[in-house]
Amino acid sequence: MTGLRYVYAVCRPFDTPLQAQLGGVAGDPPRLLPHGDLVAVVSHVPEADFGEEALRAHLEDLDWLTATARAHQQVVDALTAVTTPLPLRLATVFRDDSGVRVMLEERESAFRRTLDRLEGRVEWGVKVYVEPERTEQADSERSAAPAEPEQRPVSGRDYLRRRRRQSRANEDLWSRAEEFATGLHRTLSGRADDARLHAPQNPRLSGAEGRNVLNAAYLVGRDASEEFVEMVDRTKDDAPGIRVELTGPWAAYSFAGEQEGTEEGAGKKAGEDS
Amino acid sequence: MTTPSRLPEPYGQGQSANLADILERVLDKGVVIAGDIKINLLDIELLTIKLRLVVASVDKAKEMGIDWWESDPALSSRARHDELTRENAALRERLRELDPGRVPREAP
Repeated sequence: MTGLRYVYAVCRPFDTPLQAQLGGVAGDPPRLLPHGDLVAVVSHVPEADFGEEALRAHLEDLDWLTATARAHQQVVDALTAVTTPLPLRLATVFRDDSGVRVMLEERESAFRRTLDRLEGRVEWGVKVYVEPERTEQADSERSAAPAEPEQRPVSGRDYLRRRRRQSRANEDLWSRAEEFATGLHRTLSGRADDARLHAPQNPRLSGAEGRNVLNAAYLVGRDASEEFVEMVDRTKDDAPGIRVELTGPWAAYSFAGEQEGTEEGAGKKAGEDS
Repeated sequence: MTTPSRLPEPYGQGQSANLADILERVLDKGVVIAGDIKINLLDIELLTIKLRLVVASVDKAKEMGIDWWESDPALSSRARHDELTRENAALRERLRELDPGRVPREAP
């Protein structure tokens, strides 16, 4: 088959076969392209969809992007089950096998360094959400001063007083959330080989309830993963109005870049406005 | 040669994974290599930023009445088409004002 080569990931050679029904990004099951002691995982893709212009147009098409991103992730996921892949960014495309080989050759030492660093490790995502409405409710139930619930403000001053009390409660929750997120991040970082802070996801639109105040990724050894997961689980009921969400195991996407100090995007702090 | 040891069961990942989580990784993270097919990463980054605002799923967003990308020229070819149509109409109108004789219009 002619066409272009779409590269999902670079790995060390591995023996375990990939899960059988992988479709890849364009229906062509991913295959292994070994070169030296590295393997590129590639699919043949049609130029009509992955040539420069077509690709650019496609990337603006949310449905196409969604399907492609999921297919890409599925392959990387399957690789994670059998080896430690170095995932490439979506839509890394070469003209032919020899283009892929040249790339492997040129970057061999960097790939090997990174693969060594990631070897036997996976990424876990941890997000913390604040759910103000629910806490307000809980708070008002708990501290229900007599005769107060459901009463309408009788005067402007009364109204302002309430507003102030409410905003104080909110501030309180936010500072608690920030403290919680910072503490959690510190604890989890201590158990992980590496950590990254990502920009919070917009909660109104990500479909998740509450507001995302911590969006972090942790690089954790496979052996240590179970313990890590249990640790996250234990924090889940710790704080009212605050929700902890765990995703993974992912391939080490967030740690695939060459290490040079702090990564961009790592400056975002929990609780910061998004 | 690597043989992974036992991993805990996946959490919110795989097929059911939140699209925002997947896009965040496959678009934003991962190794960046310039392939033979050059795509402007800036375009993608721009898209990512916009997508951050998006969604567990596109359908869900549409349900919620969030469909701005359909009218955002940077994100939708349909919108771009609409925009061309609009521009076209505006130009015709302008032409008509400048040179009423030339452009066919309904009789007064």
